[in-house]
Amino acid sequence: MGRRVAITGAGTVNALGPDVTTTWAALAAGRVAIGPMDFEEIDRLTVRIGAQIKDWDGAAHFARQEMALYDRAVQFACEAGRQAVAQAGLDLSDEETLRAGVVMGTGVGGQTTMDDSYRAVHAQGKNRVHPFTIPRLMHSAAASHLAMRHGLKGPAFTVSTACASSNHAMGLAFQMVRSGAAPVMLTGGSDAALCFGGLKAWEGLRVMSPDGCRPFCASRNGMVLGEGAAVFVFEDWERAVNRGATILGEMVGFAMTSDAADIVLPDPDGAVRAMRGALGDAGLNPEDVGYINAHGTATAVNDRSEALAIRTVFDAPPPVSATKSMHGHLLGAAGAVEMLAVLMALGDGVIAPTVGWQREDPEVLGLDVVPNVARRAKVGAALSNAFAFGGMNACLAVRRA
Amino acid sequence: MDGTFLTASDDLQGRVIGILAAQALREPSGLTLDMTLDGLGIDSLGMAEIIFAIEEEFDVMVPFNANESDAGAETLDLRTVGSVCAAVEQLLRSRRG
Repeated sequence: MGRRVAITGAGTVNALGPDVTTTWAALAAGRVAIGPMDFEEIDRLTVRIGAQIKDWDGAAHFARQEMALYDRAVQFACEAGRQAVAQAGLDLSDEETLRAGVVMGTGVGGQTTMDDSYRAVHAQGKNRVHPFTIPRLMHSAAASHLAMRHGLKGPAFTVSTACASSNHAMGLAFQMVRSGAAPVMLTGGSDAALCFGGLKAWEGLRVMSPDGCRPFCASRNGMVLGEGAAVFVFEDWERAVNRGATILGEMVGFAMTSDAADIVLPDPDGAVRAMRGALGDAGLNPEDVGYINAHGTATAVNDRSEALAIRTVFDAPPPVSATKSMHGHLLGAAGAVEMLAVLMALGDGVIAPTVGWQREDPEVLGLDVVPNVARRAKVGAALSNAFAFGGMNACLAVRRA
Repeated sequence: MDGTFLTASDDLQGRVIGILAAQALREPSGLTLDMTLDGLGIDSLGMAEIIFAIEEEFDVMVPFNANESDAGAETLDLRTVGSVCAAVEQLLRSRRG
């Protein structure tokens, strides 16, 4: 067995709120941040709803030189990282900084930077784009800036597995701390794809809902995108305890599987193996799990496949909720923001609801989806699912501290 | 199969069938109106490509959401070769109207 892994800091910027406290309150209240979006050329889109961060003022957080280098997704990541590090109260020794690192997830990287640049050269006929276009749009930018801002000189990289990116990122960070390779890791995900080009591409797949995200409901008709970031501090348990840190939860298990089947359709078998793998890695039995944060995209096929997988792993499934109904689908940041719902269930004993749920779907019978209203429950351990396009599955197991 | 083969004289049907046949990797002459897209081996991604091709070919917008394809209540019936042709005709009519 390796070392135990404590979560000692959390930060976020998403459509539910600019920090963890506000986000937790919104999740507990069942507040929906999905609504009409506002950005350039939105009148050319058929899907015009999303969980957009409306009141973001990057210049209030970052200097002018930083703003020139930070895509919107990087701004969210850096602010979330600042909050997480501040909460953890990290004070790394020189030796520790050489081994501490960052693993971030992103699905689409600097999408708004790309969109603006293409518009400039193609639509507006300009012959040059912003000189920092490349360092702004690269997928690894958020990891780089977090490493620079916090002086983390060990392993730093970004993983990109579509909608499972941040679960893969957090799983790898967990393994690094557990193995003793790193005493502390910053990890999570960020994405900001709410721009004309980003949405236009999603429209083409015909999986977007025009009117709302209603996971596991018979009336569900597709996913709704969101944007934002969440970043956590994963820390060697002994280190955290010795310095008297507040521990938000204990990462105990991680498993990743591949369906090896289809580029968009999920195969329940891959999800089953991921959940069983995470339980096995954590040394948990199915009956130990008191809450599952579902991938729950509200597409017809995901929810059907995920429900089948959960019923296969659990004889008596625990409460399952899909918080994408509130904060939208943040793509490569989805699992990270959803980890906040997991920590709320473990720490506060409040299970966030599946909002927008109207009526039972015969295809997802047998699941208690915590419809519309949050619930008090003593949760000792929880799973967080991410089942991405292309059959990339990543499941995390977390225990109450 | 009732063997309703199509002739090239029906321009709209011919164009629609050309799109479907290309996606099914078959000769257009091998498609009949009663064939289902499912039976032709067209999956969800194939469907997305067909919708795209129809929109480009006919300059129409096809209201189609993959999450509702089975129910088909609020969307067009796109289950068979014939119903896709009829749907495109209907879209073109409503655009002119």
